[in-house]
Amino acid sequence: MADTDSMILAQGLRKSFGDFEAVKGIDVDVRRGEAFGFLGPNGAGKSSTMRMIAAVSPVSAGVLRILGLDPATDGPEIRARIGVCPQEDTLDTELTVRDNLYVYGRYFGLPRKEVRQRVDELLEFVQLTEKASAMVEDLSGGMKRRLTIARSLVNRPEVLLLDEPTTGLDPQARHVVWDRLFRLKQQGVTLVLTTHYMDEAEQLTDRLVVMDKGLIVAEGSPLSLIAEHSTREVAELRFGVAEIGNSHEAIAGKVADLAERVEVLPDRLLLYTADGEETIAQVHERGLEPVATLVRRSTLEDVFLRLTGRTLVD
Amino acid sequence: MPDRTDDVRSTAPSNPIAGAARMFDYWAILYRRTWKGSVITSFVSPLLYVLAMGVLLGGFIQGDPSELEGATSYLDFVAPGLLAAQAMTIVFGEVTYPVMGMVKWHRTYFGMTATSLGIPDVIVAHLGFVLFRVALSCAVFVVVMAPFGVFASVGGALVAFLVQLLVGLAFATPVYALSAGLKNESPFALVYRLGLIPLFLFSGAFFPVANLDRWMEVLAKATPLWHGVDLTRMFTLGQVDWSMVAVHVAYLGGLALLGWFWAVRRLTKRMVS
Amino acid sequence: MSILTTSVGRSARSPLSPGDAAGLLLYRNFLAYRRAWYIFVSGFLEPVLYLFSIGVGVGQLVTGFEFNGETIPYADFVAPGMLAASAMNGTIMDATFNFFFKLKYNKLFDQMLATPLTTMDIARGELTWSLLRGGLYSAGFLVVMLAMGLVGSWWALLVVPAALLIGLAFGGVCMALTTFMRSWQDFEYITLATLPMFLFSATFFPVTAFPVVLRWVVELTPLYRGVVLCRELTTGALSWGSAVSVVYLVAMGLVGLLVVRRRLDKLLLT
Repeated sequence: MADTDSMILAQGLRKSFGDFEAVKGIDVDVRRGEAFGFLGPNGAGKSSTMRMIAAVSPVSAGVLRILGLDPATDGPEIRARIGVCPQEDTLDTELTVRDNLYVYGRYFGLPRKEVRQRVDELLEFVQLTEKASAMVEDLSGGMKRRLTIARSLVNRPEVLLLDEPTTGLDPQARHVVWDRLFRLKQQGVTLVLTTHYMDEAEQLTDRLVVMDKGLIVAEGSPLSLIAEHSTREVAELRFGVAEIGNSHEAIAGKVADLAERVEVLPDRLLLYTADGEETIAQVHERGLEPVATLVRRSTLEDVFLRLTGRTLVD
Repeated sequence: MPDRTDDVRSTAPSNPIAGAARMFDYWAILYRRTWKGSVITSFVSPLLYVLAMGVLLGGFIQGDPSELEGATSYLDFVAPGLLAAQAMTIVFGEVTYPVMGMVKWHRTYFGMTATSLGIPDVIVAHLGFVLFRVALSCAVFVVVMAPFGVFASVGGALVAFLVQLLVGLAFATPVYALSAGLKNESPFALVYRLGLIPLFLFSGAFFPVANLDRWMEVLAKATPLWHGVDLTRMFTLGQVDWSMVAVHVAYLGGLALLGWFWAVRRLTKRMVS
Repeated sequence: MSILTTSVGRSARSPLSPGDAAGLLLYRNFLAYRRAWYIFVSGFLEPVLYLFSIGVGVGQLVTGFEFNGETIPYADFVAPGMLAASAMNGTIMDATFNFFFKLKYNKLFDQMLATPLTTMDIARGELTWSLLRGGLYSAGFLVVMLAMGLVGSWWALLVVPAALLIGLAFGGVCMALTTFMRSWQDFEYITLATLPMFLFSATFFPVTAFPVVLRWVVELTPLYRGVVLCRELTTGALSWGSAVSVVYLVAMGLVGLLVVRRRLDKLLLT
């Protein structure tokens, strides 16, 4: 492939497990230096896609090129040039923090001296230098995650794959991870990540696709997706228990024409509108008295829920 | 919320036995799910040993009672030894890795003690299950061996079976205590290789301890398995020395009791601190 | 941060040779055992204890033991059997429990496959490790046999490679079987297969103790081939049968290795 700036190219990519089709034909083109996100509920096909990109899962149909190479024939070559941070930490629990990085670096065929030097730098980078001799078992969740990220960098990858990098971490640990990933991005590393945290996607990605049931249902930058699939603002209205005689559905009927879209939730009404304050004023004019109101900007979460629904997915 | 027809309230158990009884269903469900994984080691392995050692190798050994602690054949000699060894083996299997699983890997004990159940309740229930496994395995062994005439009398067979519960308990409480305090599973390899296997091979199950060097013999006679083997053998052969019975029972009972206190202490320390 | 500034466009492009890859896996296992060396060392004890208990302890009760028409001390008979059986048991520990743990629990192989390592590298590396371990144990056991005067021929030096062959055969096949295991409960099948072999493959008594039909069955088992091979070497009574045993064990190991690779592909690369 002549196009050297295409890091990952998928055309009609599919993955099936027996009768079940996890990925049903997706097109993706990730460019050099980009931070690209796969967003979607559980079971959307994100992890299956990531495993195919990591060259550990054979493609069922369609085309997939990573760094211009075919994973079916060039698996080891591709894996030598990418970094993988899997959803569950696959750290070697029988080794220390330092040995984890060292041994992993050696798997890439790098010379000892070089690996040792990189290990020191990476420990510094993920702030684990003091834990170098600790056993993996004794690390906190956030430390394990940082170690996994450090490990995925040991071969100086051109593309870094991150499958839900901050799931299960506390807020402090998440921010440390984000900070490190942001710095990698600044260095020009191409980042590909999956997440179901909207704030993470908004923080980290330049461009993202929303996946649902194995298909891409939307694509664009976080801002363009919000503009396209939601309104500028959302007005949230809460009504007291006394109003229960007046059901949410009944209230929604009365205000339906005030907003582009009205969503009825058990505890509140959401009015999608360009100007939230204005809409709330109009609600009051109609004699409705919500006990609490809130105006906020639309977020990626609104887009996400709109596109993939509120039903629980397991 | 569904309508409640009556006002049933939860209570704290009045003693560890009552507490342990509340865990009956847990252990029953667990065993129903996993029994297949222990069929061979519980029921088949000991009989294979009897066949290989007692019958086939025994064919090369003369049945001289003066050489075999009063047994008239090697099969009669080795069968009670293997019975007591089986009780010990089952216990080791149940109170090493599984205890670590309960404390560290699956943390089941923490779930149990988050209710009104206490640490002694949890230990009693676990030990109860271990004794159940010992009883089941040894009962099958006794029933299968009976037609081969290794038991001098029905009463002797019955007492030999009951002795296994005591042997089981004498190993269960101290080994349980040891497991309850371990941080990781690596030492278990030593518990087996320096504990179980030497006990199995040198505590008079396969050959009379009198055949060992003098100091080795003294050492062997200090092990709980030797007391268990000798006690079992006296009853299977029908040659009972009641003063020795008293010594064996006191030794095994004392060990079980000491182990119990140690187990409660170690598990409390591990789970509370 | 030089590691980051130079990260783009540079890569580790040296695909590992099979030898390098196996060496790395060995090194990883070496590091893992450095902390638990006593587990490694104590593995050597088991066959020695059996030799003392059954060979010497029970041996005192055995009178007029005949093998190949000659009366020989029972310990002479049991020792090579224990050597072969320990080569089997030692390898099986690595090939079943430890392999299952790495495959299903700490996801070690998933981690390795994210690098240029291949499933064949993993299969070869793990098998080599368990062979090395088995080899060390058998060499130690041979020294014990020498000290006890249980060795009757210079051929005995070859029991170490013979033990490696036994390890290869059982290691390959047991790893292959382990890839089919769903949970720890399935390990009962391994006990079901190995315990009868351990007890009945001419380890503790000659096959002449069996009726003819059973004897044929026993002679077909891989452990029996290993036991007689070791016994032929320590007593110096080599024959064409020894060559048959060698071919049998090598073939079993290679078939196992190929199956392991195919199964790892299926399990980990889906």
